[in-house]
Amino acid sequence: MGEKMSRRPYVREVPPTTWYFRMPRYMRYMVREVTSIFIGIYTVIMLVGLMRLSEGPAQWQSFLDALKSPGSVTFQVLALLFALYNSFTWFNVAPKALPLQFGEDMAPDSVVAIGHYVVWVLLSIFILFWAGVF
Amino acid sequence: MSDNRLAARQIELEVLRYNPETDQEPKFQNYSVPCINEWCVLDALNYLKDNLDPTLAYRWSCHMQVCGSCGMMINGEPKLACKAMLRDYPDTIRIEPLNHFPIERDLVTVADDFIAKLKRVKPYIIPGEKRVPTEGEYKQTPAQLKRYRQFAMCINCMLCYAACPEYGLQPKFIGPAAISLAHRYNIDSRDGGRDERQEEIATDEGVWECTFVGACSEVCPKHVDPAAALQQVKAASTVDWYLEHFMSWVKK
Amino acid sequence: METIQTDVAIIGAGGAGLRAAIALAQEAPNLRIALISKVYPMRSHTCAAEGGAAGVIKPDDSFDQHFHDTVGGGDWLCDQDAVEYHIHEAPKELLQLEHWGCPWNREPDGSVAVRPFGGMKIKRTWFAADKSGFHILHTLFQTSLQFPKIERYDEYFATDLLVDDGRCQGLTAIEMRSGQMRRFNAKAVIIAGGGAGRMFPFNTNGAIKTGDGMALAYRAGVPLKDMEFVQYHPTGLPNTGTLLTEACRGEGGVLLNKDNYRFLQDYGMGPETPKGQPVLKTMELGPRDRVSQAIWGEIQKGRAVKTDWGDCVWLDMRHLGEKKIDERLPFVRDICISYLGMDPVKEMVPIRPVVHYMMGGIHTDTKAATSLPGLFAAGECACVSINGANRLGSNSLVEILVFGRRAGLSAAEYVGGAKPGNDAALTAQADASQARIRELFMRNQGKESIAGLRKEMTDTMEEGCGIYRTQEGLEKTSKKISELRRRYKEITLHDKTNVYNTDLLTALELGNMLDCAEAVAVSGRERKESRGAHQRLDYTARDDVKYLKHSMAYFNGLESPRIDYRDVVITKSQPGVRDYSGAKK
Repeated sequence: MGEKMSRRPYVREVPPTTWYFRMPRYMRYMVREVTSIFIGIYTVIMLVGLMRLSEGPAQWQSFLDALKSPGSVTFQVLALLFALYNSFTWFNVAPKALPLQFGEDMAPDSVVAIGHYVVWVLLSIFILFWAGVF
Repeated sequence: MSDNRLAARQIELEVLRYNPETDQEPKFQNYSVPCINEWCVLDALNYLKDNLDPTLAYRWSCHMQVCGSCGMMINGEPKLACKAMLRDYPDTIRIEPLNHFPIERDLVTVADDFIAKLKRVKPYIIPGEKRVPTEGEYKQTPAQLKRYRQFAMCINCMLCYAACPEYGLQPKFIGPAAISLAHRYNIDSRDGGRDERQEEIATDEGVWECTFVGACSEVCPKHVDPAAALQQVKAASTVDWYLEHFMSWVKK
Repeated sequence: METIQTDVAIIGAGGAGLRAAIALAQEAPNLRIALISKVYPMRSHTCAAEGGAAGVIKPDDSFDQHFHDTVGGGDWLCDQDAVEYHIHEAPKELLQLEHWGCPWNREPDGSVAVRPFGGMKIKRTWFAADKSGFHILHTLFQTSLQFPKIERYDEYFATDLLVDDGRCQGLTAIEMRSGQMRRFNAKAVIIAGGGAGRMFPFNTNGAIKTGDGMALAYRAGVPLKDMEFVQYHPTGLPNTGTLLTEACRGEGGVLLNKDNYRFLQDYGMGPETPKGQPVLKTMELGPRDRVSQAIWGEIQKGRAVKTDWGDCVWLDMRHLGEKKIDERLPFVRDICISYLGMDPVKEMVPIRPVVHYMMGGIHTDTKAATSLPGLFAAGECACVSINGANRLGSNSLVEILVFGRRAGLSAAEYVGGAKPGNDAALTAQADASQARIRELFMRNQGKESIAGLRKEMTDTMEEGCGIYRTQEGLEKTSKKISELRRRYKEITLHDKTNVYNTDLLTALELGNMLDCAEAVAVSGRERKESRGAHQRLDYTARDDVKYLKHSMAYFNGLESPRIDYRDVVITKSQPGVRDYSGAKK
């Protein structure tokens, strides 16, 4: 009940570069974000491949050879694993963005997630078929 | 009835204290509190305040998980103290004020920013079809009710803001609870005010600040699932953008 | 001291306060409105109401039936003109809330659904699952955000009314975050401060329900009416006192004693009805006073269930099934699992009666005006009175709307003719109020503790003012409270910080509760009859000759309140027999 103003709210600064160490769920999130860098790099490689293809058969062949190097293969395997990880985690949360309602009840999340997986598999088969794998 | 629910336990509470008149910065103070195993953390705090230290400041009221007053960090997680049951905790419990909010004193935070954001998203019916109460109720089927009801369950406890790393880094982010509330009205069959609300929430300070960490939904004590609301707003405003730019002849 | 100028100051931002504020903003858009509350509006205890709100809407219902249910439920202590106004306004207010977005449960055709409730002969309780109060409060709060004229003062604790020239002209309040005293100059003041259930040890009420609004008016000379009528809700969790809504029984839950026998049939509420098919206004759908009294009877006869938390009876909802419980009573299920570790889908839940609601409160007329010009009151803190000696479940959520709005309109009307105040006199009062608080704040020599006195108060209230009362018990409690009020002058604060000083606030709350508690005990001591929630073992019958009257308790400093009586308004229903047996149908 003094007359003086004694408020002094204390602000706890969030560490701007290390915040994700504060909680396991933040780490999980960051791991997912980091893995997407591999997918980004893989996309750049595909674009380079396209460029090489446009430059003629020799360039294209040297690009293909480069892909076969042990380092490149390791990278591609990692990128594939991370792409799968990203796809699975994405499809599993897709129901949040796409709620479906049948009559009165909301469809269980699994319906939307399974729908995504089915479309994914069908598209993959189609592309592989189109690319002449079968 | 007698499965040791009333077994006594001695709990060590490590409470973050801050008195703006005497402390430069917050510091932990430890208390040894005799507890009953069926208590929640709030009961332990109330015991502490009544018997050990009447100077401890914290907010609480209903003790039934609905008034939203007693949000605090309990062992690093944002929780309602009345919903954090001692049976789920070890004998040492660390209690801090909610993350990402300035500390007014002890466990009491400054909530002004959250309150301002609630108001900003226009969380009230902006009627689509004008109607006066004497004409009776708006018809709303159970299915239409179910679409938004989950998002109307928010008790404004602010746990989601304490969990959201985006809000911690970018305090201008409107944040999970306020955007969920806007979404709740946007998808209410009685409402016609979506365009007005989109101006606030479909922006860089709104949903596009959200990177979908999903922490808000994990900590929500009422299963509102704010992360879902934000993704739905993103999806809908993306559709808006395409309609506006590529199919402007289609009326939204 | 900083002074805030306003036209209407509202103390309390729960359902009634918010409804008053919105009414003012809509109907008197030129007025400045100060909405003052010791908590953020959405923390107000309206949020804890579960079951629903009664209003005549369905074609099989009628105002007449709602009237008779309410008046009979209140054991004829209701003012019938107030009840008449209440029931006619009820559906309008509930529809208004619907238009503001309240998520009422619906019928398949999209119209509003209603559920059965205790003491009501027709299904007329509108509901939003088992969180009706929560949704009403949030709908009102969110709706209020669109009115710039409503200026909120969140976390301000009102300490005194400013009364000069025989009229209320403002108040003083502590801004909790700074600890500074503020003065509000207002042409009219509305008190919507809620009930005082925390004066009892075992209650459903939130920590904030400490009778602050009642005590403010009381100390300013306004009588508290019918304070002896304290409602026990039959179904509280035995350990925490958490409310399990009456809708548990409305939806078909049954009460059993230790022999799994539906004992209500032995207390004038039989014959037994089929399990899961509740029949209106009988057995489990009897009124709260009768059901609580029956549980007390079973405990006396040794037929209660012994638990770690004392004697209980069973609430059995298992036959409702998981789907219905999840749709209609999801919160009840959560609460049972959290606090008891028991799932009502699979287990019977032990319950016991728990203090829930104050029928009494600040005396107002049907326009929500008190006897002090410029002061209005609405909600649980007020007694208008529509609840009489026993409130029917789902009438109070409507009362906050109907009389909250009414208080707003009456205040607006009053402000039009209000004269300017005498600033010097008001300043002196505000200074005196500040001095009183400062004395408490600075006091070092006292030897009493807040928690100690509070414990003695709650213990004596339970002992003397419980479900059944006696002259001896009421006298003992009256004396004890009087003693505690004197000892209150000796309490010492340990916290000497200005910012958010909860030690100071709990001390003020304790003072308010003690004032209200004395009114309860003394009014009860003087009412030598049994009526509704006031049941006496020494005067077991209702006495309409002597006590068909409202008790009026007047503040009397440190002395006991002076008790006076006021006639009940009877328009069309003469006192009769409350019959909740199913046989009559």
